[in-house]
Parts: sequence; C-alpha cells; structure tokens
Amino acid sequence: MRRRGSARNARGQFCDAYLLKGRDTNDERRYTFQGNYVTRSRRFDGVDWGLLGVILSLLVIGIVTIYSVTSNGQGGTFPIFAKQAVWMGVGALAFVIIASMDYHKLARLSYILYGLGLLLLVIVMFSGKSSRGAQRWIALGPVAIQPSEFIKIPLLLMLASYYATQTRSGWLYRVIVPGLLALPGFFLILNQPDLGSSLSFLAIYITLLLAVGVKSKAFGLVLLSALMMFPFAWGGLWGSLHDYQKERIISFVDPAYDPGGKGYQGLQSRIAVGSGEFMGKGLYGGTQTQFKFLPEGHTDFVFAVFAEEWGFLGAVVLIMLFLTLFLLGLDIASKAKDMLGALLAVGVVGMMAFNVVVNIGMTVGLAPIVGIPLPLLSYGGSATIMTMAALGLLLSVKRRRMTLIQ
Amino acid sequence: MSDRKLQENGLAELQQRLVLLKIGVLVVIGLLALRLWQLQVRDGPYYRELAQNNRTRSILLHPARGLIFDRDGKLLANNVPSFNVYVELNDVNDREVLIQKLVKYLGIEESELSKKFRARGTLTRVKLKGGLTLREAALIESHRLDLPEVVVHPEFQRNNPQGPYAAHVIGYVGEVSEQQLSQEYFQGLHPGSIVGQYGVERKYDQLLRGQAGRKLIEVDALGHEKRTISVEKPQAGHDLYLTLDFDLQQLAENLLGEEAGAIIALDPKTGDTLAIASRPSFDPNALSRGLSSKKWQNILQDKRHPLTNRAIQGLYPPGSTFKIIMAAAALETNEVKMSETIQCHGRFRFGRRTFRDWKASGHGTVNLHKALTQSCDVYFYKMGHRLGIDAIATYASLFGLGKKTGIDLPSEQRGIVPSTEWKQQFRGEPWYPGETISVAIGQGYVTVTPIQMAQVIATIGNNGVAHQPRLVRGVRRRNTGKVETWPMAKAVPLGLNPVFVEGIQRALASVVSEGTARRANSPLVTIAGKTGTSQVVALRADKKKETPKQFRDHAWFVSYAPFDNPQIAVAVLAEHAGHGGSAAAPLARKLIEAFIKKTSEKTRLGQKRERPIL
Repeated sequence: MRRRGSARNARGQFCDAYLLKGRDTNDERRYTFQGNYVTRSRRFDGVDWGLLGVILSLLVIGIVTIYSVTSNGQGGTFPIFAKQAVWMGVGALAFVIIASMDYHKLARLSYILYGLGLLLLVIVMFSGKSSRGAQRWIALGPVAIQPSEFIKIPLLLMLASYYATQTRSGWLYRVIVPGLLALPGFFLILNQPDLGSSLSFLAIYITLLLAVGVKSKAFGLVLLSALMMFPFAWGGLWGSLHDYQKERIISFVDPAYDPGGKGYQGLQSRIAVGSGEFMGKGLYGGTQTQFKFLPEGHTDFVFAVFAEEWGFLGAVVLIMLFLTLFLLGLDIASKAKDMLGALLAVGVVGMMAFNVVVNIGMTVGLAPIVGIPLPLLSYGGSATIMTMAALGLLLSVKRRRMTLIQ
Repeated sequence: MSDRKLQENGLAELQQRLVLLKIGVLVVIGLLALRLWQLQVRDGPYYRELAQNNRTRSILLHPARGLIFDRDGKLLANNVPSFNVYVELNDVNDREVLIQKLVKYLGIEESELSKKFRARGTLTRVKLKGGLTLREAALIESHRLDLPEVVVHPEFQRNNPQGPYAAHVIGYVGEVSEQQLSQEYFQGLHPGSIVGQYGVERKYDQLLRGQAGRKLIEVDALGHEKRTISVEKPQAGHDLYLTLDFDLQQLAENLLGEEAGAIIALDPKTGDTLAIASRPSFDPNALSRGLSSKKWQNILQDKRHPLTNRAIQGLYPPGSTFKIIMAAAALETNEVKMSETIQCHGRFRFGRRTFRDWKASGHGTVNLHKALTQSCDVYFYKMGHRLGIDAIATYASLFGLGKKTGIDLPSEQRGIVPSTEWKQQFRGEPWYPGETISVAIGQGYVTVTPIQMAQVIATIGNNGVAHQPRLVRGVRRRNTGKVETWPMAKAVPLGLNPVFVEGIQRALASVVSEGTARRANSPLVTIAGKTGTSQVVALRADKKKETPKQFRDHAWFVSYAPFDNPQIAVAVLAEHAGHGGSAAAPLARKLIEAFIKKTSEKTRLGQKRERPIL
C-alpha cells in the first residue's frame, strides 16, 4: 500500500525508519520507508484477527438463532432478524469508528458524554416510552433507543480516566468518589425500572475497582459498611422494584413451585436447555421455543434457544467463544500502553463477562431472572450497538499499545 | 517522570490482578459449562420428557360402552352423543378469571368448579360438565378465542332408552373415582374414565367399558392445536344380553307402583332372572349424566332409600314363608311325618311365655299339609321346638339363606340365619330356647333378602334342585363379533327326599287354591305359593286402630307356576303393606298371568320361548 513517508520519530524528527515497542519484550514493530512505500502497512496493524473472528462468529450465531425463533409468524413486513442485521451493521460501524479513534481523545470527552447520558436518562424518566411497566426508551422516529445501554460506555471511559489519573490510593479516592460519580446513573436506571441494566452498570464500577485494587483495610471497610447497609438498601431496593421483578426474584428460589405462574420462564428455560441434551434438536427443532413455551426467545433467553437447538456441544462451543473473547480482552489489558488503556480493556471485559454470566446463569437456573441480554446474541439495537462500540474500544486499546521508540 | 513511574507501578500491579481476573473468568465459565453438562447431559432425558409433555397434549378418547339387551333383544342401555366441556389445566393462566367466566356460561356453582380445577394427577384435561345443552355448547364455542383452554368435545353419553325401568338392575355409570382407581378392578383406567357404578353396569364393567383411545396433539403455548401426532382409536365395549324379560320387569315395577318393595321372577329350571324390581327407584339417566352435589345429597339422604336394591339388599324377617324351610327340615330330620297331626288351640305355651297363632281361635287338628295351607303358627312352633335352632339353621343354610345367592349384581346382602354359634359369636350370649319358637315362623333374628326367598321357592318348584340366579346369558364380543352364550348356573340338588318335596309342593298349591293365598288363584294357571306376614313391631297394642304405616307388617308372597311344570318362580315383598295374602299374592298372580300369556302367545306364533342371541 502506498504511503507518504512523513512520519516523525519520538524526538519529533522526520525519519525513514522507526521502531514501535509494546510492553512485552518481543512485541515490537519496525517500519522502514523505501522511497514512497512503506514495507509494512500501519493501517491494519494491531488489528486482532482472532478477536474479530470471535466477534463475527458470535454475531452470526446470534442472528441465526434469532432467525430460527422468529421466522414463523412474527416480524411482519420487516422481520426481526433483518432488523437485528441492521443493528449489527450500525454496531459494526461504531466498532470501526471507535477502534480507529484514539481512546485518549474519547477519555477526555468522557465527563461530557456521561453528563449527556444522564441527561438522556432524565429525559427518559419524564417523557420516555414505556412498555410493560418500565419506562426505558426514547422514541426516535421509527426506532427507540435505550439510553441505559449507551451510558455504560461514558461511564467506563469516565471511571477509567479517573482511576488512570488519580494517584492517591486511599479508599476515599478509590471507592467513594468514583462511586458517587456512578451513583446518579445507577439510580436513574434502577428507577425506570431496569434492574438488569442497573446491575450491569454497577458491574463496570466494581470491575474497575477490583482492577485498580483498594488497600485491603479500606476495601474491607466498604464491604463491611455495605453489608451493614444491606437491610436498609434492600428495603429501599425491594420497595422500588415492580411486582413482576419481585416475582422473578421469588421464583428464583423455587421455579418448580408453580409452572403456570411465577417460575414459568425459569422452568421453561431450563426445560429448553436441558431437553437439548448432548447433540441438540437441530436448527428450528427447538420445540420449547418454536411453540413459544419460552417467551423472550429472541431477547433475554436467546441462549436457551441456542442450547436447545445445538445441545451441550453447541452451548459449550458458544461459551468457549465468550471465554476466548474475555481472555483476548484481558490480554489486551495486560499489554496496554498505559493505565487508561488497561482499565478500559478490563472494564469492557468485566461488563461483558458480567452480562454473559448473569444471562446464561439465569437461563440455566443459576441466577435470578433480571432481564440482562446476552451480549452480541440477544436481539436489541441499543445493546448490540453499545457492545460493538465497547469492543471497538477494546481494539482501539490494542492498536495503540505501542510506544514510539525512535 | 515520577508520574510515569507511578503509572508503570500501577500497570505492573494491574497485571498481577489480571491473572486473578483471568482465573476468575475461567472458573465462572467452567461453572457454567458444568451446569450445562448437568442440565443437558445428566438430566437431559428428564427435561426432554418435560419438553415433550409441554408441547403434546394427550387427549383421552372415551370408548362407547357395550350395549345391554334383555332376553328378547330389547335395548336397555345404549349411548347417545352428548357435548362435554373440558378444561386443559396446563393452559390455564388465570384460574379465578376463568372460573368466573365459566360460572356464567355453564351455570355451575363456583365452589363446585374450583373443586374440579384442583383435580391433580397425570390428567391435565378435566371434565367440567357433561351433557351440555346446545345453548351452552354454542356459548362456549362462540367464546373460543377468549377461552383457548376450554374445549367442547362431542362424546358418548350412557342412555337407558327404557327410562326409569330396571334402574337397579342396569344401574348407572359415572366417572371413576380416585378411590376406585386404586382398586385392582379399575386398573388401566384413567381419571375421567366412565365406569359402571351400580348394577350390571358395575358388575360387568370390565366387559362393558371398552378400551379408551388416545389422541396425541401438538399444541403451542396457548394450547391451540397445531396438528395431530397420532390417534389410537377407542374400542367399544362388549354387548351384554340379560336374562331379564323387560315386559315382566316393567309390569313388576308398575305393580309395586309407588309403594316400597321388591318383586323377583326367576326361571326355576335355569336360575335365569326374569324380573328383579325394587321400589322406590331412581332415574338412571339422570345419575349417568352426573348430578350436582346437592341433588346427589338429596338422593343419598332420601328416607325411602331409592338407591337400595331391596331385592338383593333389603333384609326382612321371612315371616311365614320360612315355614317352607321348616316343613322340609322337620320332614328330612324325621321329626314329623306327613300324616302326623297336632292340635292347634291358637296358642303355644313355652316356659312362661305364650306364643299366639295369627288365628286366635286356632286351626284345630292340623297335619303338615293343612299347617302350610292355613299357615298354622302353632304347628310350626312345635316343629321349631322339636328341631332346635341348629337343625333349623342347617336347613335354612341348605336352602341358601344367610349367604349371597351369587346373582350377578354388586353389594348383595347375606341376611342372618341364627344359630347357637351365631348368637355366641355376634351377640356374646347363649341361645335361649324360646327364641327358637319365633324363628320357627320366620320372626326373631332370622332375616332374608327377597332374592333368597325367590331362590327358595324356585328350588322347591324345581323339585329340590337349586340354581344360582343369574342375570346375563351371553356376551357379544365387539372385536370379533362372536357371541358367547354363557351356560346356566350349575344345578345343585339339595338332596331332599322327593316324596317330602312333592308333599310340600302340593301343600303350596292348596295355599293358593284354598288357603291363605286364595287371592293369587288364577283361572289361567295353577299357582303354588306361600304367604308371609313379617312383623315389624312385635306386639300391636290395639288391633282396631289403624297402625301407623312404618309399623305395619311387611307382606310376603313366594310362588311358582305352572304347578306341574314350573316356568316361573316369583317372590313379592311389599313393605308395610299388611298381610301377604291380600297385599302380596295378587301382585304375584298378575305377574305370573302376564308371563303365561306371553309364553303361550309365543308358542302360538311358533317362536321359541327364548330368543337366541342374534
């Protein structure tokens, strides 16, 4: 590929050859210009083809599964899987844009972006579109966006840049201040109410907290006070939940209690997963989901659909894809150029891992049904775009892991 | 630069933690994989079954019950189409709302409906109401979309085309109860299956019930039928041919009318039951359709006990009809000779008690023939005294008293044949000789069912050869179309001296021609019989006053005809009707005359007396 040789080295001098070094000893790239040609393309350098492959696989699995559930009957003129394909396209765009941007620039905008997000949440509170007892959406022409999803990225950027610049390590600066920063968003989301999103919002904060670490004494204090606060917090939290959310949590205790009632979803979901057995029932073969015993087969319970159709074999392949994604992400974190990059990468992985584990956990009856979508697989525009953007951030960190040496 | 150093330190620290985070992710994903293995591999088959039950609904297809015919081939029980409404419990979302709607549409009380909704077990489709009117069925069907879990099924309903007649014989049907399902007799049935609950329907349920079929349908979550997976057709039950002569049965019931009582007609030569009537009766059609619990309670609490089949369950003192057995016993044990005479002065003194004859002035000089003809009590008091209670008990048992006759109807009663052993065992007291005197005229502890007395008189008519009464003479197998004719019950000779039997027979003929049962005398046919009047209350305070109905005597008449070639034996019991000669004998005569007319008519037309099965 052609390129003008006008790069500067670390000292700001123009030169024909320069060296980039990552944090690993062997992680280095040397570029030399020969006339107007560069021996190696920089543009796609740092692009992690493994990461892209995993993401693409997950997206394909998602759209095929959504197609399988919704192909009969639903969708009308514009079927759901096609809509999801559009969201994926938009998400891919966001991914490319963010991956090509310098995450430092984004981090500088984080407070403004977070403030914007909070503003949107407030708008939702007052004039949002409500559905099933929850006010979560802002209608934008033909589509409805869900600010509670999008605000996760500004939160991540904000907290990561806060921790990256905050040198004081006392518990006040490690725990309380960032906690206070996150709190308004958390409560605004919980108030919608959207228990799932608010929990995954919280997960970002906790992941970063774990990553930067807190002096054990201080963290112990927080944990202790959290435990002491729990009855009061629970009282307030429980009171703020809607009936269906309470029922979901109650039903988590004993889903078999009343198959027609409260534990219905959990039980049907377990039946779907379990009846897939080792080999699965094949594409479109999932009776549980095809006959609509399991509601939300294309959104929160997409994993159950997949596990019913592809069995233990498919399910394990799927969670291995996620595992690979997380390990690649954590690897990016460990090789990141600076604290900000590392924290961003950890945050993205933490947020996604929390969603994956809780979503699959609730599908297989290990967690209460709190309404968290499965990243990259569940139908939903806002969540898909947000996840893709977060992954773009991850790639951006990887692409900028190297420091110019000469 | 120190800032940079701090950064470097932070990054190094972070890297250490990242190892922990990686391990954490691995562990959590590993746990998920373990859980998946548990759900999909270890418990997979269990969930597969759950999933299959989830989407498939198994619908029980009730078979048509076998038909029931009388001996002339008249249809006594068949099946008519009927709309039944079911609810699929799996598909019910809001029970309360649904119940409210159904109360409105079906007119069933709420408490009764919710009881049905509670029904548990493997059955998920529960019958709410049978025999819907067209209006109700249309109402439910028009709310089809609103009530996806409610289904109206056209099914068979048991029907007795002859209406209320022969109700106690044919019986009625109903849903098998939970308790019944645990019994061996009802093995292989499903909750909701229709089984015989009374009479022949109950006794021969295994033949009549047929084999239920199953339809497997695939449904969606709302319970809408998507397609039929498989159909296993139900098999109709086998047809039953009774020994009953419906014309006689109808007549017998009409003769009893509204009065409580029982009439049994047997063929003495075969044991075939020609008629077995019991009053008051019930409407088998209403019971088969299913009554509301209130109506059902009304029937159960009815003081007249319409559900009791008095012919086989009613226990009465045999009164003077017992003298037939006394006569046989006395002759067989040589306690008396046919010719021996005794003096009857209208009373018999025994110890400090005086036993009176029904005829205060006495019968004068009586031998056995006259004693039976006039029903002389004193003669039999003496015979009782001579025989002793245990000899009486031996002969009463020989004639089949104190045990079930074995007629093919459920819940037959045994009655009591008292003996010293019996009294010691059940009363814990010794037998007092004075009690023997009461038993000698069929009072005291001795109780019998009308069918037992019918068997006694049939045995006498058949020259001392007993047959177990039977109700079914054949079955037509529905699957093969083959007819099985059941052989008549084995003849059991009682081993009585034919001379004695003949003597008793002649005496019984005199009872009708010149004795206590002159009102049974028929110009058409020679009838032999014995009247009986069994006391309900031992001593009547004032004979002139009208005795209250419930204290009046039961009237008995047992008879057979024609005298020289018995073809029918009839036992009549009329509760609280008074004297056997006046209240019971005429009924028997009318029945016998009708029978004789019918047979002679058949003979004239060249028909066989008994229509062969098909």
